[in-house]
This record gives sequence, C-alpha cells and structure tokens, in this order.
Amino acid sequence: MIFKAFSNRDDSVIGPPACPGAGRGQSRAASHLTTEPPRTAQDNGTICCRCRLSSAKTEFNKAPIRGSERGHYSPATGKAKGSGTPARCGAERPGHGGARPARAACLKLKPFNGCVDPGLRLRRELPAADALDTFVETTKLGVVISFILLKKSNSFSIFQDQAEQFFRSGHTNNWAVLVCTSRFWFNYRHVANTLSVYRSVKRLGIPDSHIVLMLADDMACNPRNPKPATVFSHKNMELNVYGDDVEVDYRSYEVTVENFLRVLTGRIPPSTPRSKRLLSDDRSNILIYMTGHGGNGFLKFQDSEEITNVELADAFEQMWQKRRYNELLFIIDTCQGASMYERFYSPNIMALASSQVGEDSLSHQPDLAIGVHLMDRYTFYVLEFLEEIHPASQTNMNDLFQVCPKSLCVSTPGHRTDLFQRDPQNVLITDFFGSVRKVEITTETVSLDSDLAGFESNLPKDELATEPLKYAEQLPVAQIIHQKPKQKDWHPPGGFILGLWALIIMVFFKTYGIKHMKHIF
Amino acid sequence: MTLWHVLPRGCPLCLSTWLLQRLWGLGLVGSLKLCSPAVRTSITSRYEMVYRSTTAQEEAALGAATAQEADAALRPLQDASLGALTMYVVPETSSLLPQGISVYVGKHRGALVRAGGSLAALRTRLRQLTQVMSFTASSIAAALSDRVPDGQLGPDARRHLKSSLGYEITFSLLNPDPKSHAVDWDIEDAVNRYVQPVLDKLSLVANFSVDSQILYYAVLGVTPRFDKESSSFLLSAHSLPHVINPVEARLGSSAASLYPVLNFLLYVPERSHSPLYIQDKDGAPVSTNAFHSPRWGGIMVYNVEAPASPQASLPLHVDVDMVRVMEVFLAQLRLLFGLSREELPPEFLLESPGSEGLAHWELDRLLWAHTVENIATVSTTLTSLAQLLDKIGNIVIKDDVASEVYRAVASAQSAMAKLATGHLHSAFQASKEAVTSSERAFFDPSLLHLLYFPDDQKFAIYIPLFLPMAVPILLSLAKIVRETRQRKKEPTKMD
Repeated sequence: MIFKAFSNRDDSVIGPPACPGAGRGQSRAASHLTTEPPRTAQDNGTICCRCRLSSAKTEFNKAPIRGSERGHYSPATGKAKGSGTPARCGAERPGHGGARPARAACLKLKPFNGCVDPGLRLRRELPAADALDTFVETTKLGVVISFILLKKSNSFSIFQDQAEQFFRSGHTNNWAVLVCTSRFWFNYRHVANTLSVYRSVKRLGIPDSHIVLMLADDMACNPRNPKPATVFSHKNMELNVYGDDVEVDYRSYEVTVENFLRVLTGRIPPSTPRSKRLLSDDRSNILIYMTGHGGNGFLKFQDSEEITNVELADAFEQMWQKRRYNELLFIIDTCQGASMYERFYSPNIMALASSQVGEDSLSHQPDLAIGVHLMDRYTFYVLEFLEEIHPASQTNMNDLFQVCPKSLCVSTPGHRTDLFQRDPQNVLITDFFGSVRKVEITTETVSLDSDLAGFESNLPKDELATEPLKYAEQLPVAQIIHQKPKQKDWHPPGGFILGLWALIIMVFFKTYGIKHMKHIF
Repeated sequence: MTLWHVLPRGCPLCLSTWLLQRLWGLGLVGSLKLCSPAVRTSITSRYEMVYRSTTAQEEAALGAATAQEADAALRPLQDASLGALTMYVVPETSSLLPQGISVYVGKHRGALVRAGGSLAALRTRLRQLTQVMSFTASSIAAALSDRVPDGQLGPDARRHLKSSLGYEITFSLLNPDPKSHAVDWDIEDAVNRYVQPVLDKLSLVANFSVDSQILYYAVLGVTPRFDKESSSFLLSAHSLPHVINPVEARLGSSAASLYPVLNFLLYVPERSHSPLYIQDKDGAPVSTNAFHSPRWGGIMVYNVEAPASPQASLPLHVDVDMVRVMEVFLAQLRLLFGLSREELPPEFLLESPGSEGLAHWELDRLLWAHTVENIATVSTTLTSLAQLLDKIGNIVIKDDVASEVYRAVASAQSAMAKLATGHLHSAFQASKEAVTSSERAFFDPSLLHLLYFPDDQKFAIYIPLFLPMAVPILLSLAKIVRETRQRKKEPTKMD
C-alpha cells in the first residue's frame, strides 16, 4: 500500500478549484456539523465556505446573482437569516464569478462539501505518505529512506501496472438507474433515499445525461410538506437532498413496472426523449438502486402493482443478451430485499440488499417538524460511507459489504457476488458510483496542408431540397373527432366460455325440467 | 477475399511459375444456427491471391521518380473495388523505394514491394503486408469481442467505437476566462476544409453529423500544478480521468441525436494557468497537448502566448490556429475508430494519408471489422429474440415484427454470402440492413413480457372465483347422474 501511496502522491489536486480562506469564518454557522478542525496549515486556504441554502420558500427559488450569495440557515432558530452575510465562495477567483453553478448544498454527515479539495482528502487518507513527505524533506535519513523506497517502487510499478491491467474493469462509461417506487406522504423516506444516492452519484461524476431517476411521488412540492421545495435526509434538516439541480426523468405515475422494464430492456417507444432512455452499451457499468416496499420475491410499485424477482432476472438477462451492460451493481433497500436478487442468472451482476428474507428493513429516525421518517437505515449508512469517497478513491466493494452491520441496521444486509467475475476486493466503488474515464494520451497527429484554399469535395453532393420546417402533428384532433369507432373483428367465444355456458344451461334445464327448453328454441 | 495482383518485374524465372499458382485457400464462412440455445458462430478467413504481369501502362507509371508519384499514377489503373488490394513487386535495384525500405504502402489500395532475396522471403513479406493492410484473425476476433466468451480477451479489447448507423461529432471550445481571452475560432471553415473530406470518405461507413459550440466559464475539474523549472502549469497523467466529468454535464450531449456522440473539446486555459501542458506517465510534456478517452472523444489544450507587453488590454483577442487543432482532432478521430498505425517492421514505410484523413485500405479494414461485427450482432440479437419467444409463450408477435425478422435473416445470409466471395461493399450494405431490421424487431415496444404467472398465483386467482360458482353446478351434475342411473334401473312403466 505504501508504494501505491508513493507513486500516486502528487501535488495536483482533484476537484473544483479551491475556494479562498473566507470559509473559515463560517464554521460558526455549522454548529451542528461534526466539523473536524483542519490539520495542517495548508488546509486553511482550501476549505470552502459552508454555504447552505435557505429553506424559506421565498429565498429558495430565487435565482442567485452570484453562486455564493445565499442566506444562512441556522438550525437552532429555524429561521433564515437574511442574505446580509453572504458566504463568498469562490467570489475572488478570477473568471469563476458569475456562471459558476451553485454547488452550495453542503452535506451534513461529514465535513465534506462539494468544494473541499479532495486532494486534501488524499493526504488525509494516507497519513503515512504525508508523514513520509515531511520526513523526506527534513532529514538526511529521510533521503536515504526515500531513495530505497523509490528504487523499490520503480520495479514494483511495472508489476503494478500489469496487475492493475488485469484486475480493473473494462468499462468506459457509467450509468445509474435510481428508482423510488412508493407514493404517498408517509413514504417520504423512500424518495429521500433515492435522492441521496442520486446526489452521491452526481457528486462522484456521473452526469445527468447518464442517470435515469424515477421518483414515484413528489415530496418536495407535496401539500403536506411543511418545508416546501426541500427533501431532507437527516433530522434537524441539515441536508437538503433536493437541491436545485435535480433532474427527474420519470415522475409520479410514469413510474410503473412496465416503464421500468422498458428502460432496462430498451423496448421504448420511439417518441421517448433521450433523457428517458438507458443508452448503455457493452462497456457500461450500470448501478441500479431500488427502494420502496417489498416482500418475499416482489417489490411494490405505486401501491397498485408489483415486480417479481423473476421478471427482474429476466430483464437483466435480456440486457445481457443484448450486451447492454459490462457490469451491473444492484442495490435494493426494502423489506426482505435479499429475495429480489435470488433469481439472477446473468453474468457480471453484483447485488446488495438491506435485509434478508423474513426480515424487515427499518427506517432511521423520524423528524418531528416534518412528521415522517426521513431515511431508511441501510441507505443512511451507505450514504455515510459514500461521503468518504471521492473520485480518486481506491476503496473497494468489500468495504461496502461491511456497511451497516446488524447492530446499526437491525436487519442483516446481504450481498451476492457469485455471478460477478472479478473479485470484489478489486472492484472500486467508483467503478459503479463514479465515472472515472479511461484516457489515453494522443501521440499522433495527422499532417494537413495548411493552404487548402477553395477546397471542394471530391464526392458529388446531391442537393437536398430543403423543405420549410414545421411542427410535427402532435395530436390529429380532426381525425379523432371525426373518427368512426374502429371495427373490431368479431371472434367467436373461446372453448372455455362455451363449455361453461353449455354446462350451466344443461344443468338448469335438467334441474328445472326439459319443458322450458322448447320456449327457447 | 482480397485479390492480389503481384507483378513480378525483371524476374523471368518467377513469371512462369507464379502465373499458374494459387496460394492458401481458405474461405470466409459463417455458420449461423438460430434455433439452438448454444450458438456457435465461427468465422474463418482467407486471402485469394492472383498473380499477373504488369501492363504497359502500369510499367509507365512505375517509372516515376518517387514512390508517392508512382502511387498516385497507379491509382486509376488499380482495381478500385472495396477490399481489393494491388501489390507491385519491383526489382531490387529499383530506385522507387528509398534505401532500407522494402515495402511502401500507399494512400489508396496499392503497395510497392521490393523483390529482394528468395521467393520465401518475398512470400513472408507479402503475408506481413497483407496483415497490415487488411484484416487479420486478431482484428476479426476483436470485432467480435463482446461475443467472445469472457476471459479470452482482456478488458481493454475493442474499445473502439462500436459499429453504428450514424455518429454525431461535436466540437466545443471551452473558454473559462472570457475576461482575459476573447477566443475566436473559425470552426465552420475548418470543418468544411479539413473534417468534411474525412467524413465524406467515411460516409460509406455511417452517417455523420457535425455541430459545434462555445462554452464560457467551463472549467476542467482538476487544478493544475505549477512547475518552477519550466514555469508552466502541468496536468499529470493520472489526474486526466477526472477532467472530463465536470465538463460533460455542460456539453449538452443529451440533447443530441440518439447516435453515439463524439466530443472534441478545445480548452483555452485561463490567464492565471497559462501555459498549461499535459504530462504523460514519465513526466514529459506531451507534444500534442491532447488526450482522448475511448468511445467518448478528445480534449486538446491550446495555450495562448502571453502578450508581449504586460500592459496589453484585456481581453486578448485570440485567433485559434485551426490547422494545428484539426491535426490533433483528426488524429483522435482516427484513434477512436481504431485506425491506429500499429508497430511495423522497420522496413515498412506507410504513406501518411495527409488531408484525406485515412487511406483507402484503412477504410477497407474498418469495413471488414464492421461487417463482421454487424453480422455477429444480428445473429445474437435474433437468437436471443427466439429464446425469449420460446420462453414466454404468450407474447403476441405483430406482423411488422415478423417481417423485420425475416428481412434481417435474409440480409444476414446475403451478407455472409457476399463476404465469402469478397464483395465487401455489398456485404457491408447488407449487414447494415440486417442490423437495422434486427434491432427494430428486437426493440419493438410491443415485445414486453409482463406476464409472469407462477402456479401458486394462478391458484390464488382462479379458485376464489370459480369454486363458489362451481359448487352448485357440480352438485347438480351429481344429482343428474344419480337420477339417470335410477331411471335406468327402474323398469319403464308400461301402461
């Protein structure tokens, strides 16, 4: 491990440009956060300000003038302070002023927010390397040690490259399908679960165009929501997972078993927009997260229909046949969730569930102000785990399997890896939750003549007659109004119905006497 | 099948023996079993070689001064059909090929081979040349990589773009610092001049559409490190994977068409981070200052020179040198399609295709790979469709789905037949039709199976419905049977 640390150690930082030190003064507003004081002097200038969105509805929907001027929400008073004390996130950096997207939703669980320099975290995660670094710089002994380690790391790096080559995944893009299947206000926690995973996945790099988010009900704008336009994931309302850039692809009544299976298998009507499609290919790693109410072998959709584990397994097999995924991670947080992955039989699937068959998944804690339970336990602890992950993290799946032991979760989380080809030890969390691209340096160029004046194409181009563009006929109203009812072909009744009626008639007439028969015929 | 016109020159002994000889006889055959669950698709390949002597015109063309001129002069005399290659064997003492080079590969479908040494050496050289200019077993296997059982090919096999009916190319200019740089790029002109010829040549392979955009305040996700020795900023190789994601959300590729999108980004670094260089794994700055990601696209960093006088008024007007940029982008386009120049023996000289972007024989290679991939895709699609329909008996197949399936099968069979005879062009067209039809049939929205009825559910549904209704009926039936029996026993009354 130390060699890896040594070779990865680098001063270049990963993440959005660091915000100036103005953030230090804001920690007072973060009184409820478990803030860790920065460890070294370097941290001082790089922790971002803790801007938080005001939860008052008037302020929430206002478009920010600059990405940073927001009011502060103080959990103690529950009121929004005015925007007189703006947090100047990134305001001084040249060129980042106006159009910087507002990533100001700070996450409560750990002192990580979108602005903190994850390079910092790299150093925090590998304290040995950090210490070694300072050691090297200061003492001669350190120089000797570094020399020895350098030598070793050189020879190791070749093996390391080869080993990495063998164990890493061959995917080139990442997709996520996040489904919340329950309606009604008291199922707030399922929407909060899904939105929390959505935010983690987006934070780790998967863009909206590669996420299919299906929410069965709208909690943020529900008339029963005392804090409109927000969905909180922890009590005291410290993290609004709804934010202001949530892109829901399937909403409300569109979340049905049929649409879900259509998204997975790709059998979508041609008029579906691109954002509602799962356009994965054979080099895509897909994360599928489902939450809601479930039972032994089924998951309930919208309180009116179910999807069974057999249908899900068949859908995955259809995806495999068409090579719509390279590897698939299936996470389910429902009661008896382990039953949903029992029937999988396609290769390269890894599955996690929050509870075994016969057990119930429990919710975390209620919030008295909002009046409902805000999160489910398993997803809560998964989220806490994911907060530690940043795009360059090397944490593997075995750590995810240990999340939420029985003492915390009350139910026993389960996982299934027998269909997966790689060892979970070698599977990075960012293989599924993040979007780390494989890149190659371009070393070739094409030589072009710089004076290609008046170049005309060799191939004949046929002139297309350009028609004036007009709107496609959306709804053929005239046709519908004047439409005659369609002539349905008449089919004679089937055998079963005929037999049943014959039986009934025969019994009737036998019982009551044959004399009635002549009145009929 | 590739036709080799090997033209012996100045070797009268060879002439007679070669004219009557036919080497290796293999056949391009695909066997397709649609109904059995274990589908085995086997593909074998062969080259067909034909030898003849040169015509007078060809001899005249080969009398040119340099190899390039000879190649250009020979082009109209060659067999221009897709997939065919012509090789001219020139005498050892010929001055056409430079010193030390024994094989020259032209831009079109021809090559010049020096006839040195023995016949066996010539044969090896020709075989090597064949593998360079046309398909090899490994390139075919790579085209089939997602059908090959896992584990045989590494995770890095076949990261080229998959064969598709169309591609969308987007050029984006990222300007994170409009206050300092007012960047101007004449993209339309550059596309018409440099990119369109390449796309015209590739139009055989797929439909291309090109668009461009300029994004302001779009930052890379990584902060570059300042290097004191070169007084420049450096982006190290292992931070490159994190560059793309923050930008991707703003590229707008979700609004584009349903075809795969290739993004080419030109990043003009901020004034405070100029100049910015990309480092490779060894720490050396990359000459092209660009990198690409398989199946996604490429990014190039364009450094603006600091103004001569520090008091120059901001924003600086920058006119992007599109030639330099397009050289890199076109190279990345080639790499994304898998047209890289692999390692060659030192005696080979490959002519660079220049502004045409790719040589004709490279186009042929692409077409071979895509045709094979299309046919493999069709076979697996139709097989899995058949399996699905076997498994779920109550899916209704509409007529148009059925006709698409028939059309797909017919096109696939004709594609395979044409591949076996070596007509690449028609084989490719047939394979494209087959893929379109099979995808349409497989992804038809009506084929959704939602009818999983386990037996216990069937009992649970039907028994409460029919049991109460059936009880009086059954009892009445029993009564009827008893009465009939009794009447039979009782003698009929005779009055």
